[in-house]
Amino acid sequence: MKEKQLLVAAIENGTVIDHIPSEKLFAVVNLLHLDRMTSAVTIGYNLESKELGKKSIIKMADKFFTDEELNQLAVICPNLTLCIIHDYEITEKRTVALPDELKGIVKCANPKCITNNEPMKTHFHVHGNERNALKCHYCNTIIQLDDVQLVEK
Amino acid sequence: MKNYTFLKLSLSKYCLSEEKEVNLVRKTLYTIGNMEKRSLVTIADHSREKIEYLIQMAEEFERHPNRRLLEGRVVATLFFEPSTRTRLSFETAANRLGARVIGFADPKVTSGTKGETLKDTIMMVSNYADIIVMRHYLEGAARYASEIAPVPIVNAGDGANQHPSQTMLDLYSIYKTQGRLDNLDIYLVGDLKYGRTVHSMLNAMYHFNPTFHFIAPEELAMPEIYKNFCRDHGIRYVEHTDFNADVISGADILYMTRVQRERFTDLMEYERVKDRYLLKLDMLSKARPNMKILHPLPRVNEIEYSIDENPHAYYFEQAHNGLFARQALLCDALGITLEEIRNDSTIIN
Repeated sequence: MKEKQLLVAAIENGTVIDHIPSEKLFAVVNLLHLDRMTSAVTIGYNLESKELGKKSIIKMADKFFTDEELNQLAVICPNLTLCIIHDYEITEKRTVALPDELKGIVKCANPKCITNNEPMKTHFHVHGNERNALKCHYCNTIIQLDDVQLVEK
Repeated sequence: MKNYTFLKLSLSKYCLSEEKEVNLVRKTLYTIGNMEKRSLVTIADHSREKIEYLIQMAEEFERHPNRRLLEGRVVATLFFEPSTRTRLSFETAANRLGARVIGFADPKVTSGTKGETLKDTIMMVSNYADIIVMRHYLEGAARYASEIAPVPIVNAGDGANQHPSQTMLDLYSIYKTQGRLDNLDIYLVGDLKYGRTVHSMLNAMYHFNPTFHFIAPEELAMPEIYKNFCRDHGIRYVEHTDFNADVISGADILYMTRVQRERFTDLMEYERVKDRYLLKLDMLSKARPNMKILHPLPRVNEIEYSIDENPHAYYFEQAHNGLFARQALLCDALGITLEEIRNDSTIIN
């Protein structure tokens, strides 16, 4: 039997985000500002996945994120898993957690909100007992997490 | 910490004793700390105690509305959206307390039309005024202004979001007519979907164990988010689409709002319901003796004119109460206490 080939090359040191639903991949890329990275980034798109059908994966060499940066990802993918790699080995596995407050990440859905009309950062609080919505700090508009749009940077 | 270092540096040139310097720094920092919290953005920020405190303040001003309490102060009224009624009420409140008033009533005359940001306008006016009363067409504008301005901001309405001075005068009117705020049956009628006054009323009254009755056409029914608010806070509510003498017979307060044509996507629906929420004189036949009719005004066709002379009608007095409520809000935002108002030696009459 033929040995299975790895579709995405391993990295020596850095961060791997696996099991990204494919439709969310580019939102994750934007949120982490991967276009501004200078080290090697490997992106696998529409790979086979038993759980998700199609999944995506991002491997970032020599890149480590702060908790704050990673937790922002929970806005678009609440169940992401991250692997921290040192010397080709997974040294830590982490899941993201939605922070109570989000500043400058999510766009307010209300066109009459001050944040859509002034050069300023948006600010949201997690809303509801199930933590599945965000409430605008300024205009009180409530957005379901599934409908979230990120600010353009 | 930034404030502390700055103050220490500023004071060093006066060569004060260390004890005096520490006291002065402490006092100034306390004032700055209070200033940051003194803005009024939404009534939802206020506790039950604070609402009662402001009502007591308004009572003092009703007793003696003309004073020189704010002499030497400058109040700016920035109306990025015209609202003659609210502006005149705030400006009268300031004038009767001896303050000077600057500002604009029409945004067309401001640099906003040249592309100036709200932040720049607020920072500029903060150099001139001790307090800013602001009306804006954008939602959240008052919260943002309160975060950036070095002087207190009083929200005089931000889009469809909040209008706390209206809520405060509503509460004062309810308190005056019923002698209490607790355990009242409050009936809200008309446009409950878009009417921000009725939404603010829910936020403010939840401290006082009310029972609400929502009377509206289906198209303008109380939104789910506010009904959830009631459920989460244990506020009882009943919904009605009928509006007649029997439905309103249990009311202590009948709060009327305008059903606006422009809110309807289906104009046939508007024509069908527009007169259904008209309060007629004969509908008051079963009303409780203490029942009062409130309306934020302007009235168009919600209350028959024949009701104006009826003892249940209270909407014109309600507007008058706005003056005292706004005097209280201005003074509170400027850090003047109820105690100081009670011991005020500047009363004219």
